[in-house]
Amino acid sequence: MSNNNAAFLSVKDLIVEYSSEGQIVHAVNGLSFDLDRGRTIGLVGETGAGKTSTAKAIMRILPDPPAKITRGEIYLEGQDLLKNEEKDMRKIRGRKVSMIFQDPMTALNPIMKIGEQISEVIKMHNDISWREANKQAVTMLEKVGIPGDRFNEYPHQFSGGMKQRVVIAIALACNPELLIADEPTTALDVTIQAQVLDMINKLKKDFNTSMIMISHNLGVVGEVCDDIAIIYAGEIVEYGSKEAIFDHPTHPYTIGLFGAVPRLDEDVDRLNPIPGLPPDPTNLPSGCYFNPRCQHGQERCAVDTKGLVEIQPGHFSRCTRFANLES
Amino acid sequence: MERSSKRKKQSEYLVVARRLSKNPVAVISFVVTVFLILIAIFAPLIAPFPYDKQDLMHTRAAPSAQHLFGTDELGRDVFSRVIWGSRYSLSIGILAVLFGTVVGMFLGAFAGYFGGVTDDIIMRFIDIIQSIPGILLAITISVVLGPGFFNTILALSIGGIAMGVRLTRAAILNIRNQEYLEAATSINASTSRIITRHVLPNSFSPILVSSTMSIGNVIMAAAMLSFIGLGIQPPTPEWGSMIAGGRSLIRSAPWMVTFPGIFIMLTVLALNLFGDGLRDALDPKLKK
Amino acid sequence: MIPVIMGVTIMIFTIMYLIPGDPAKMMLGPDSTPEQVAAKRQELGLNDSYFVRLGNYVGGIVLHFDFGNSWVYHTPVTTELLHRFPRTLTIALICILLQIFIGTPLGIIAAVNHNGLGDRISQFIAIFGVSLPNFWVAIMLVLFFSLELRWLPPYGIGGIKYYILPCIALAFPGIATQARQTRSSMLEVIRSDYITTARAKGMSENRVILRHALPNALLPVVTIIGNGVGVLLAGAVVIESIFSIPGVGSYLVGGINTRDYAVVQSSVIFLAIAFALVMLIVDLVYALIDPRIKARFVGKKKRKNYA
Repeated sequence: MSNNNAAFLSVKDLIVEYSSEGQIVHAVNGLSFDLDRGRTIGLVGETGAGKTSTAKAIMRILPDPPAKITRGEIYLEGQDLLKNEEKDMRKIRGRKVSMIFQDPMTALNPIMKIGEQISEVIKMHNDISWREANKQAVTMLEKVGIPGDRFNEYPHQFSGGMKQRVVIAIALACNPELLIADEPTTALDVTIQAQVLDMINKLKKDFNTSMIMISHNLGVVGEVCDDIAIIYAGEIVEYGSKEAIFDHPTHPYTIGLFGAVPRLDEDVDRLNPIPGLPPDPTNLPSGCYFNPRCQHGQERCAVDTKGLVEIQPGHFSRCTRFANLES
Repeated sequence: MERSSKRKKQSEYLVVARRLSKNPVAVISFVVTVFLILIAIFAPLIAPFPYDKQDLMHTRAAPSAQHLFGTDELGRDVFSRVIWGSRYSLSIGILAVLFGTVVGMFLGAFAGYFGGVTDDIIMRFIDIIQSIPGILLAITISVVLGPGFFNTILALSIGGIAMGVRLTRAAILNIRNQEYLEAATSINASTSRIITRHVLPNSFSPILVSSTMSIGNVIMAAAMLSFIGLGIQPPTPEWGSMIAGGRSLIRSAPWMVTFPGIFIMLTVLALNLFGDGLRDALDPKLKK
Repeated sequence: MIPVIMGVTIMIFTIMYLIPGDPAKMMLGPDSTPEQVAAKRQELGLNDSYFVRLGNYVGGIVLHFDFGNSWVYHTPVTTELLHRFPRTLTIALICILLQIFIGTPLGIIAAVNHNGLGDRISQFIAIFGVSLPNFWVAIMLVLFFSLELRWLPPYGIGGIKYYILPCIALAFPGIATQARQTRSSMLEVIRSDYITTARAKGMSENRVILRHALPNALLPVVTIIGNGVGVLLAGAVVIESIFSIPGVGSYLVGGINTRDYAVVQSSVIFLAIAFALVMLIVDLVYALIDPRIKARFVGKKKRKNYA
């Protein structure tokens, strides 16, 4: 991980815990990554790996209680967001950093006109009149491919794909510098997925927005991201450029993920899932979290881990097996 | 397969019981409810006087060591009458809800399972019943049947029937749409087996919560009926009729009205708090 | 709504039809002669068949809005009902307003401070409120405020002060219910995804609650308010008796005590009809304010098909 102070976003050692019925759920366990301006990083992992918690931690919209950020720093342009006052965070949310949520069906207020939901965020961060905000909202609608005269309609009058476009319009309305997209296409069917991804890409290029793309879908990540971080049990287990991860995965989990994707050109009888289940976040195993499921597990894997090791320049992995091979 | 589902049910009960025990309000209200039930059961042993024993030398006496809650206009010991009254209130409450719920569950099962015309007729009936505010319906039926213990239970059970029908029918319709019922049918499970094995247990918990909270309402309604001259009438010591009886003497003997009312409140409060705790224990997601 | 009202009327009529005993005999007393009883039965139309009587009764209501005559006083029930209803309605309306304006804010505050001390206290008070029998509260209020403190009149009607105690007694459980329902509706709404979206826009928590959570939470509460009116109308029966307020409720109780079943029947049906009307209004209001439902009625022609 670069200690580059010029990085636009720098997450350091983030730890997020949830308290639930007397137990502590360790959702994010010491996560660190950097993001340069204009680049896109993909956070890839299974459900429950801690990706959404990380995203919400950056925006500081974690529900508190039960969630708590117990450690870490999140530097945005050199300023630690975790040390910000709430009123300063409000200026950042929606304007400098914004988020696209996973489920478009429930992300919009059902009894508010969709146009107003866009102009609301514009008016909040700009000192302009409502009329002016509405006009800009109409422009945003058209940018995401929705006719402007649908301003006064309600969410239930739109399909899932179009609702997601409204969500995107809201997220991009104030030209954010950082866009966090939390599985924006998961709830959509495949044909719409492609459209939505294209749109995100185009808007990203137009505005030079930095982006965090959260997904469990390697195909989506491959389309859109420059760098990829593979997340397992709240930690990054492998990190590098897209090419490095796709061509030379080194962590057994990463390899397993790629292996689990069925190939069109092969004729197979069975799917190839990674055996076992993710660890219980209230009771994490000692040593390497992936060890219980790992085919290559050795005794020392249950005892200590060396953390992230730079295997190649810019390519980091947590698996000690390969770390030792290199040295 | 059956043994494991039984074991699963047992462990589910344990989980619910554990959750309940962690909730102090639920525990206290449970204890109070049990206490009241015990008072009702052992009334003859606890009450110092028979509830209809008159003492015309000591009418309208203030509370004292001998008469903890004072005496009424005929010299009867209010404390004893209140204790005995708990028998009537609690049994009316429990029996009316029990009767109503069981009948309601059957009707609801019919409506939900057979659908079609049966369903339409039953639901139309229930709609009409629910369009009449509950107390008014109870009053009407009470007027027809007249005052009395079983008449009152019957009159007050109608509300429970409506609730039981709706909840059971909803549970059945819900499950009918679920695939595992198709799976059960596909292995030739008989109709009644499906209903008893799958449907009824699933509708159990909302009905349980709803019933527990209804008992309190029924007890209040019974008191209200007695108050206006239906329900249960003197000399039988029903809390509502005791309040009615004491009304004209409110200045000279306020204890006649105060204590029965306090007991109504305690009973209903304990039942409602317990019902609330039960609901939280059965579905903790709602609490968070 | 009409079929429901018809159903209600038929049901109540049928239930009352089944009253055992001979009403004529009951009215005339045990010393009446068979001829007197027979004459009375003829007079009251009791010798007609069930369907004829039902038809006459329902026809009277529907065509002339005539509920028949009191069996005891022989005066038209309808006039009495119409004369008394405004008082019952006034009390009910005051109570509804109290419920809305005291209960709703309490519920909101409880929900916003979820699981905090304020929430637990208000929850307890709410459950406490619905556990108090309203007639007992009324009597205790009279004992305290009228007889001991002499601040307020114990019965009758007249100026505003006559309404204070009855409305407090009647509205108390309703306020508690309103607070509970509002609270649970708010709690559900606050957990919705669109609230997270609103926060992610950089909105202050106050604005999120007021502009996004509250409107959504209050929608289902509108129906609850409608139901609350039904409970109030029923509770009015007892409260009017206690405070000697000449409304429909005390008319009903009077009818019970004098075995004037015509009065009982008609009063119950009258109140049930009033309740049905209220629910209709509530449904209409709900349809107007929820855009999801309004859309079904308005502008079917305006709908075009987008992908």
